[in-house]
Amino acid sequence: MERHVNLSRLTRVGSAVAIGALALSLAACGSDDATGNGTGSGTSTDGAANGGDLSGELNGAGSSAQGSAMDAWRSGFQSANSGVTVNYDPIGSGDGRKQFLSGAVQYAGSDAYLTDDEISQAKTTCQNGDVVELPVYISPIVVAFNLKGVDSLNLDGPTVAKIFDGKITKWDDPAIAKLNDGVKLPSTAITPVHRSDDSGTTENFTQWVKANAGDAWPYEASQTFPVKGGQSAQGTSGVVQTIQGGDGTVGYIDASQAGKLGTAKIKVGDSFVAHSADAAAAAVAKSKIVSGRAASDIAVDIDRTLTDSSTYPLVLVSYDIACTSYSDANQAALVKGFLSYVISDAGQQAAASAAGSAPISKDLYTKAQAAVDAIKAG
Amino acid sequence: MTTTAAEARATSPAPSGAPDPGSPRRRRPRAADRGLNRAFRYLATGAGTLILVALAAVAGFLLWQAWPALTSSGSEIASKVSFFQGQGSLASYLGPLIFGTLLAAAVALVIAVPLAIGIALFTSHYAPRRLASLLGWVIDLLAAIPSVVYGLWGALVLAPAIQPVWQGVSDVLGWIPLFKGPAADPARVLMTVSLVLAVMILPIITAVSREVFLQTPKLHEEAALALGATRWEMIRTAVLPFGRSGVVSAAMLGLGRALGETMAVVMILSPGLTYSFALLLAGKQQTIAANIALKYPEANSLGMSTLMATGLALFVITMVVNMASRWVVGRRKEFSGAN
Amino acid sequence: MAVIPTTLDGAPRPPRGDDVRALLRTSDPRRRRKDRLMTVLVSTAFAVALVPLVWLLWTVVARGVGRLDPYFLLHSMRGVFGGMDAGGIYHAIVGTVWVTVGAAIISVPIGILAAIYLVEYGAGGRLARAVTFFVDVMTGIPSIVAGLFAYALFALFLGPSAHFGAMGAVALSVLMIPVVVRSTEEMLKLVPNELREAAYALGVPKWLTVIKVVLRTSVAGITTGVMLAVSRVVGETAPLLLTVGVIDSINFNPFEGRMMTLPVYVYRQFTSGLVPCNNPNVTCIPTINYDRAWAAALTLILIVMILNLVARLVSRLFAPKLRP
Repeated sequence: MERHVNLSRLTRVGSAVAIGALALSLAACGSDDATGNGTGSGTSTDGAANGGDLSGELNGAGSSAQGSAMDAWRSGFQSANSGVTVNYDPIGSGDGRKQFLSGAVQYAGSDAYLTDDEISQAKTTCQNGDVVELPVYISPIVVAFNLKGVDSLNLDGPTVAKIFDGKITKWDDPAIAKLNDGVKLPSTAITPVHRSDDSGTTENFTQWVKANAGDAWPYEASQTFPVKGGQSAQGTSGVVQTIQGGDGTVGYIDASQAGKLGTAKIKVGDSFVAHSADAAAAAVAKSKIVSGRAASDIAVDIDRTLTDSSTYPLVLVSYDIACTSYSDANQAALVKGFLSYVISDAGQQAAASAAGSAPISKDLYTKAQAAVDAIKAG
Repeated sequence: MTTTAAEARATSPAPSGAPDPGSPRRRRPRAADRGLNRAFRYLATGAGTLILVALAAVAGFLLWQAWPALTSSGSEIASKVSFFQGQGSLASYLGPLIFGTLLAAAVALVIAVPLAIGIALFTSHYAPRRLASLLGWVIDLLAAIPSVVYGLWGALVLAPAIQPVWQGVSDVLGWIPLFKGPAADPARVLMTVSLVLAVMILPIITAVSREVFLQTPKLHEEAALALGATRWEMIRTAVLPFGRSGVVSAAMLGLGRALGETMAVVMILSPGLTYSFALLLAGKQQTIAANIALKYPEANSLGMSTLMATGLALFVITMVVNMASRWVVGRRKEFSGAN
Repeated sequence: MAVIPTTLDGAPRPPRGDDVRALLRTSDPRRRRKDRLMTVLVSTAFAVALVPLVWLLWTVVARGVGRLDPYFLLHSMRGVFGGMDAGGIYHAIVGTVWVTVGAAIISVPIGILAAIYLVEYGAGGRLARAVTFFVDVMTGIPSIVAGLFAYALFALFLGPSAHFGAMGAVALSVLMIPVVVRSTEEMLKLVPNELREAAYALGVPKWLTVIKVVLRTSVAGITTGVMLAVSRVVGETAPLLLTVGVIDSINFNPFEGRMMTLPVYVYRQFTSGLVPCNNPNVTCIPTINYDRAWAAALTLILIVMILNLVARLVSRLFAPKLRP
């Protein structure tokens, strides 16, 4: 068989490449100014266009729990200081602390305060200065459920423990009925939903259950949900989606994400308390600050067994961690400015509206402001 | 996960239009092998060798990163890695993951293979020729859809829609351990995952099977028809026996894909670490790939090392499956030469 | 393919020498019923396969088309939070283009040279057989393993917290190289030997023959193969999640800083989930994250489809015509 190959057509490949290049160049006109308020990427070098006198780039990483609050803070701080870019990478508390200690980021977000071991590591990172730990994000955790015909429930520690441990399997179980006089409970099967990823929410929830359930909860508190089996999902939003997707489902989530789901009142002392920002902030305010640490290190050990009915001790506290001392003066000014905004009334309100967190108490604010004031260059 | 036509061809014997690969291509005398000629030959050989090196590097780097976990005792890992708590040893952590990975892929295969054979037969022996190539293109379209889109669809659309079906299945067939009820609501269960995986591996199995079916010797087909066989009898006696090993290797290719799929599992499944065959209960199984994607963001260095160890196990499993499938194809090539 | 007489609908067959067979069939209705049953089953299999395809495509288009506009394509997610009616995928498109182009820059030369080795130099040798076998095996590497490999590779030199575009390119090239090798190999095999021999006869050295004759002849097929390989890796999510990370803003530098990519963007928006919309004073769309996810998914599918389509067009339009 004889074949002739027509080579002349091959030159057209060149034109195809040219078309591809054209398409690429056409696309090169995007914008970082998605909200239309001029906070686009740091192209402006004068930096003071929007009133602020700060400029430069600030990098943070850590907890995903405070991710949406951090979005609001970054956005608010950037629109007040148009020369500033604040980045936050929600890679998880552990990685955030690791990156902060290695100096890769200037601040970290973390659902747990630094361990003593980490504080001694931080000495190097902070030029022998102290660490600043601010409980900036206080969020009540709720036991949310999706049960036809029921909007509100009363639950105590042992009952919650048995529900999530799979020991109570029907909604009309006597243990639940006893706590809820007058509520008509269906016999629907209970589907507990937990987090499939490691999270501070799980850690705080299991801490509360362990402290309040006694023998009913045979597990340790941990970032990983300890009971095997059952429905689970990634992230608070995944849990919400799973709760909404079924009937008879129940899970623990950040209160801000509960939306239209029913939420349980938990037993505090002798009364049942609904979650609220005030009660959550009160629980933090009434808990002890860890002693033996630097003045700028406001680490709080939440008292899960408070009996005051004005408190809601099922609460997550997330910290922003920084140094009191930075080698670069501009960096110090940026961290100081940003954290001042975060703890300020404006910042806390922005987070409350974006993420439904509880603004910190006046007392805590005063302590936090003193800690932020300690940040300096050198 | 895109199947290309070239890939499908690659797994079946050389297309009839190609020149005989054994023809004299190295006729140039050795004496001319110097200067740029030699340089170019070294360059090409180097690229070929580089592929082998890269594959060895993948295994090597995984092993190197997994080493701290492999050499630590179970209690040591458990003290440092939060997701490892309650596990006795690395093996007891890995076991349920391997089990879940294999189970998800196996169920997907059980769903996909009969369908794929049907589609392949439809496009090779039932549909009119003109229509057949269009249909082949439609099936290829399935392969062009990125896995994250399958996951999005599976989690937001398929899982809610299919829950009543699973409920019905567990009501009727609940006495079989596989379909033990009550079916989880929402249907974030392995059965839903396997269904999505089946759709994802359908194109590769179909494409390879179709190529094999099309290569059935015409004489065999016509002989069967001449003996009075119906079309189905012709397929059963001529096409299927000829294509059997091809279908087997196609199924194994699909198995390899299903084993390594990550996003669809992450987005749909409620994970759990048990050796359970219950496909309709939530929180019973988890796959290696999905577990890595879920755990790595909060993992510390030893945690990452543990995940690397599970990744190494996945790598070894898929390697074995792929090698076996290539071996089946390779064997087939030798036999089909006789036809 | 053999022309098989059809009796699907039982219509009168053309008057050919099939009478014997017709007799055979009518005499055994069970066989005929079975034949029909299998025809129905086989056709059903095809119809069943179409269900998820149509369902999925329809869902993606119906839910995604609403947000897919120039604003969405040309803006990033910087400063967007909560239920804001804002934000787009420009940063993700930039990242996807960089990472995929990077993967292509690594895999195309290696892939083509390896294919040249297999077809022009290796032919039947032990090394060539090993390469062929392991290239086949390599097509089956799970994408997350490729991601772990890139992560481990860069962790060796830059520490465990390294995340940037080039890492993703390395991860994707592990998945892309075998596809490029396979398709290029097929194309090189199609080049007639007469062409090579003609070149040798004119005294052209072998390396020049390969470049000027063999590669030029098969360039259209190779382009198609490369584009199909690109369309295969452009939708990969898991390896990029491990290596490139996520970011809200535009990043043009593949060697520094995280990048957003389209598949990861879809995943991130999915995991962000529903917005609770607690504050009635602010415009807030509860499903905004899902809306963005669907729109980005639609964009991704369109990109993959266009790549596939263009690849097929290239091979149809520019392929060397073999005249009889």
